Order: sequence, then structure tokens, then C-alpha cells
Amino acid sequence: MTDDQGDGSLAKGTPVEHGALSGPDASLQLPEREMALRLDAIDKRFGATVALHGAALAVRRGTVHALLGENGAGKTTLMHVAFGMSRPDAGTVIVNGTLHQFRSPSDAITAGLGMVHQHFMLVPAMTVAENVALGGRGRLSLHDVTQRIDTVSQQYGLPIDARATIETLPVGAQQRVEILKALVRNASILILDEPTAVLTAQESRELLQQLRGFVVQGGTVVWITHKLRDALEFADEVTVLRRGETVLHANAADVNEVTLANAMLGTTWTPSSQSAALGVQVKQTVKTSVGQGEERLPTLALHGVAHHDTSPADRLTDISLTVRPGEILGIAAVEGNGQHALLRILAGRLTPTAGTVHIPPHVGFVPEDRHRDALILDYTLAENVELADLGTRRGYIPWIRSRAQATRIVEEYDVRAPGPYAAVRTLSGGNQQKFVVGRELQVGNRALVLENPTRGLDIQATADIQDHIRTARNAGAAVVVYSSDLDEILALADRVVVLYAGRLLTPAPDRDAIGRAMLGLSEQP
Amino acid sequence: MTAHLTLLADILVRATPLILTGLAVAVAFRGGVLNIGADGQLLVGATAAAWVGIVLTPTVGVIALPLALLLGAVAGGLWAFVAAYLRTRFHVLEVISTIMLNFVAVYVVSYLVRGPLQEPTHIYPQTDTIPSAAQLSRLLTSTRLHWGFILAIVLAVGIWWIIRYTAAGFRLRATGANPYAAASAGRIAIRQVTTKAFIASGMLAGLAGAIEVCGVTFALYENLSPGYGYTGIAVALLADLNPLGVIVSGILFGALESGASALQRDANVPATMATVLEATLILLVMAGAYIRARRKNSSALITPSLSITG
Repeated sequence: MTDDQGDGSLAKGTPVEHGALSGPDASLQLPEREMALRLDAIDKRFGATVALHGAALAVRRGTVHALLGENGAGKTTLMHVAFGMSRPDAGTVIVNGTLHQFRSPSDAITAGLGMVHQHFMLVPAMTVAENVALGGRGRLSLHDVTQRIDTVSQQYGLPIDARATIETLPVGAQQRVEILKALVRNASILILDEPTAVLTAQESRELLQQLRGFVVQGGTVVWITHKLRDALEFADEVTVLRRGETVLHANAADVNEVTLANAMLGTTWTPSSQSAALGVQVKQTVKTSVGQGEERLPTLALHGVAHHDTSPADRLTDISLTVRPGEILGIAAVEGNGQHALLRILAGRLTPTAGTVHIPPHVGFVPEDRHRDALILDYTLAENVELADLGTRRGYIPWIRSRAQATRIVEEYDVRAPGPYAAVRTLSGGNQQKFVVGRELQVGNRALVLENPTRGLDIQATADIQDHIRTARNAGAAVVVYSSDLDEILALADRVVVLYAGRLLTPAPDRDAIGRAMLGLSEQP
Repeated sequence: MTAHLTLLADILVRATPLILTGLAVAVAFRGGVLNIGADGQLLVGATAAAWVGIVLTPTVGVIALPLALLLGAVAGGLWAFVAAYLRTRFHVLEVISTIMLNFVAVYVVSYLVRGPLQEPTHIYPQTDTIPSAAQLSRLLTSTRLHWGFILAIVLAVGIWWIIRYTAAGFRLRATGANPYAAASAGRIAIRQVTTKAFIASGMLAGLAGAIEVCGVTFALYENLSPGYGYTGIAVALLADLNPLGVIVSGILFGALESGASALQRDANVPATMATVLEATLILLVMAGAYIRARRKNSSALITPSLSITG
């Protein structure tokens, strides 16, 4: 895969060096004294999925290092390895010249690392000082903690009121608290996972300037991001991951948006090994639409829909789209660009703040988190059948009929279950998902909205789910599918739209154009 | 024979408020509402029934009894609604608000029986006896057993059927079991279901108080409830929140409590041993549920309400 990407980009940048690390003891002292963090030949598998394959990252001390890559390229997994949250199957982690085998994040913290996760880990009802003190050891003196916060926040120019309650603070300030939590524990290397995803443009700018202040004083920042422009503007160096492999390491000054996008997407795109192994036909270019669908009235239609939310990740602006019967509309987007809200509006689960929504009374909805949002795990299959659209039901529930329905879903969708009265918890993840898809198609047989429908499933279950989606489409359902895996969207969808920063884009129907649009590099609005 | 019958009747008399408060707690817990204020709701219901009995009976005549029971239930429902409103509007935890409202109810009763509702001689801190038109008739003439017991059994069976076989009942337990799935997959209005669970629970507890006044005490006084609302939690938990099970555990606890004083009198065993036994039972049941859940799936334990939503 490393060979795919343009040689030009590698020539411009610093080539990836795989250090001569023969064994753990041979490399306790690295010659490169300026390296703050060095990850080499990291392998990580989750079941059948290869998340990282020989991934490497070399971060110089006193720099901001941007880690780029598509959804699922392995950025977060690599950083979880660096921070001791996940143990690699192979490879080495070297922090400040010392080889480490972290057993937990607290080992990593001792070694001088700090990580700020995408989802804040703060107690809203507690004050800043109390949150910072959480996780500490020994006697607690809030006075000392407060003083320490004041010192550190002054030193690095991260203004915060240590006595303020978290829930009263804007998101940008909450993020500063997360950073301070790491700095107070003497972190010299900060890892930030998509720190700007939840921030407004102004807040993002402030944050990046504050990080620069930290770096000037000898700190090091590893910054996971999707935003190419930000990376080029604020980072010193960039590393690009693609499908678990490091494909580019360069000085930010030596690359541009095009070289980065090429590295992230791969210039010559080949079908994913997963699809190829299954013999699933993958389209190089996406079909415009199914012929007969054009004449029919759309099943789902949004006109000028806008949604305002406190979180920028759930904001939508002027969305108009239609989905006709017998058509699969793919929505491609990088996490946090409004897809969560858009899918729920299409599924009738969320009312937008403006615009008109035309959807059938019952829309099947397969949410991303099936354990939380789709199923009651301790209830039987029959009960979970009745759960669908329960809010609109009245009167008596004939359980005999539910039992028959559950049995039908089990047979039609090849769900491996002991019977209709088995608890859903006893089913495997793939079978649970097949059951959910089957149920939702029964409820809303005219329209189906799916969010990451195959996440966490093995190859066979993935293929089965995708087949069921196509079968529903062929039977005349209007289908909307979002997946964080662009290849899955391309394999399924008849038509693809891109959601970027809450706005809908319609790129040319090929993978490169869609990939660029997802990164905000679209040539047309 | 008659002695045995009297003892059995006493057990069932004692079991009646326990079955009703047990049902109140079971309905609430099934819906994910931790109503531990059944005691306060019971007192408010008792107050409403006593007021109807004393003040309204001369005017309304024969409908005094149904009116007393109805208003008792309504008063209990309103008392619980206060907690429902605080939760849905201000995110006040019902564990806090309902227990606080218990104390409010205790002192309201205390004020009323020394003030506006005190008996005419103004000697005792209690109301006048309610007229017979507002009293529940005896099931067995020689005993204290009244029709309220039958009403409690009918309600238990009815609630069991509703929870098991109706959309409303399934909404209640789906909301309690997984509010996220209930909202997303079920498109259930969670707030509405929660509020209804509060009200239904409060009405059952209020009815327990009304039945106690109309069937047993015939007057309102300060220590009307020896903690029926709290024991109701134990009754419901022992029954695994199953309304039919509540009948059994309610009678069991009724037997324990009505036998406690006899135990002290005849066998010189402290009456508090009954309470010790009750608490031990609960601990054993909870431990059993915990071990079963652990065997089944360790991840289930992450749900904090597992032990009570079973």
C-alpha cells in the first residue's frame, strides 16, 4: 500500500525511517535525542480486522505533529497504543529515548504523556480544580491544586478559573481543563484526538495558538485531525496513515492539501481486500441512479432543513435532498459533520429547527449503537419485535403474533437464535444486527435509514447485512446509508452525497472527488 | 378455629397496605422511577380519605366511600407528581425529592390532626372517627378483615395483566429497561411515560392510605403508617417487581409484622427481630440476583439499576 501513493510527496518530505530496532534491549537508548515519541512497526488486530499494520510515527521534541488519515485509518488506535490504552500485537513504543511497554494509561502518564480524548472526561457538577484533582493520589488539598492550576495555566497561557463549575464553562474552556489535567501531571507530550471537532472556528484558532505556546516551552503535541488546512497551518510536521500503514511523513512546509489528500486517499484506488475476498462487486464510479426510480415520487424529502444545536457536530445548514423508492442514497462524511442529526431527521427521530420534512409515518432506523439505541438486550426477540414503534401502539399486545413475527425475521434474515423467546443478549453481534435490520424493514418497509450498519461485524455478517440492504432496495424501499467506511458506501450506494460542516455537497461520482469533498476540498458548493 | 381465623385475618389486614405500596414501588421501578416516597403518598391519601369521610359524608351520603378511596388515590398521585415535575423540569433526582416529600407529608398530617382536622374534644392528636357510610365493610364479620384486601388483590392481578399484555404496560417496562432504545427504536415519549409511572405509583400508595383509614383505623392520626411505604420497597424487591409476586411477598411481610408482637409477648423474642428478618431476606434476594446476573453476563452489571429492574 505504501507504494501506491505519489512518489513526489515522499521525495518532498522526510522519508519514513524504520529504525534498526532488532530487539527490545538493543534500543533502550536511541541515538535521536530530539525524539519525544517514536512508534515503530506497530501491528494491531481486532479479531479479523487489521487496524494497524507496521504503522510508524516519529515525533520531534518541541513540535506540533499532525496525524492525518481517513475514518478508520488507525489514527486513534495508534494513539491508544502510545498512551497505553491498547497493547500492540507487535512493535515498539519509545518515549524520550526509553523503550516502554505500557500496561495502562497511568504508566504512560508516568512516562510524561497526556491524552485529551474526543469526548471529554469531566464531571460536569464539579469545579475545575476538583476535576483536575480527580485521579490524583494521597491527601487532597484543593488549595494546592488550585494554586498549581493557576501556575500552569499562566505558564502556558491557558486561561481558566479553577473555581468555576465545569457545566458553566463553554466547550473551549472545558477542553482547556482537559489539557490542564495532563499538564498538571507534568505531561511533556500531549496527544489530542480531534480537539477542534467540537469547537467553533474562533475557539479552534485560540486552542491552536495556546498549543503553540506549550510547544515553544519545550512541549510536544501530537494532534489527530481530519482538517488538512489546519494541519498545514499549525503543524510543524505531518504523518499520514492509510489503512493502518504510515504512508507519508513530511515537514508541513513541504506538502500541500493535494499531496496530503492523495496520501490519505491513495492515488490509485483499489477495491478493499475485504470486498475483494468476498467477491462483492465494487463500483469504480458510482451509478447515478436506478433508472425506474426517477419517475416515482420521492419517499423521503427534505427542503431547506436546518438544525441548530449546542454542539457544532450536530448542526445542519440548508439541507435539501430526496430519496426515491428503489434507491440507496449514501451519505459520506467525516465524524462530526452533522450526519448524526441528519440521519435522525430522516428517520423521524429528530425534529429540525427549520425546513420541511416529508417522510412516511414509519421509517426503519438502524442506529450505530444497537446495544443502546435499538435493542433491550435482556428482553426476548419477540419483545424486541414489539419494541419497534411502541410509542404509537394502543391497547392489547398479542404476543402470539409477535412470536410469529420474530420467527419470520429469524428465518428470512438468517438470524442464528435459539428461538423467539431467547434473550437478545444471547445472540452474537452479527445476528443481533441482522435481527435489527429485519425488524426495521418490517416496520418501515418503504424507507430505511442505516447508520454504520456493519460496524463491529465480521466479514460474513457484513456481507449478509449488505445483501439485505440491497434486497430491500430492489423491493422498492428508499434507503439512506451512512458509513464511516467510504468503501462500504461506494459498494452499496446508487448515489452519494457528502456532508461537510453541516452542509450537503454533491461531488462527482468517483472516490477521489468524494474523498476530497469529505475533507472540505470540494471544487463546487 | 376462630382464633386461627382471627390471626389469619390480622395477617391479611396487615398485608393489604403492604401489597398496595409494594405495587406502587413495583410500577415505579419497572418504569425506571425510583419512587421511595410511597410512605408520604400513603399519608396524603389517608388524609384525603379522612377529610372526605369527616367533612363530606353528610352531604354526599352513599358515595362517600368510593369518593374517599378515589380522592385518596388522586391525592397520592398529585404528591408523586410533584417529584415527577421536579425530575422532568429541573432534573431533581426522585430519590431525593420523594424522600423529602415523605417528611413534608408527616408534618402536614401532624399539623392537621392538631389543628383543622382534630377531633371535637381537642384532646387527642387525631381526627374524629369517620361515619360508617365511609367505612369499608367487613369481609368476615367476626374479624377485622375488610374488602380493601380483595381490592388490593384485584389491582395486583390487573396491573400484572396491564404490564404484560398492553402497549402502555410494555412502554412502561421498556422505558425502565433501556430508555435509549425505548426512545429511538420505540419512538416512546420517555418523559410522558415517566410522569405517568410517577402518578400511577403515587395513586396506588395513596389508595393504600385511604383503604387503611376507611378499613382499619377509621381516623387519621400521626403514626398511621409504621413505614408501610418503606416496607413496600422490600415487598416489591422480594417479588422481583412482579405484581403477582407482590401479593405473596406482601402477605409474607404481613405475617412477619403481625406476628412480631405476639413473638415478643409469648416467646420473649424482640419484635424488632421481624425487621431484622425482613432486611436479611432482602439482602439474600439481592445477592442472589447479583450472582445470577454475574453468571449471565458481567457487562449487565454496568447498569446500576439492574438489581431493582431485574
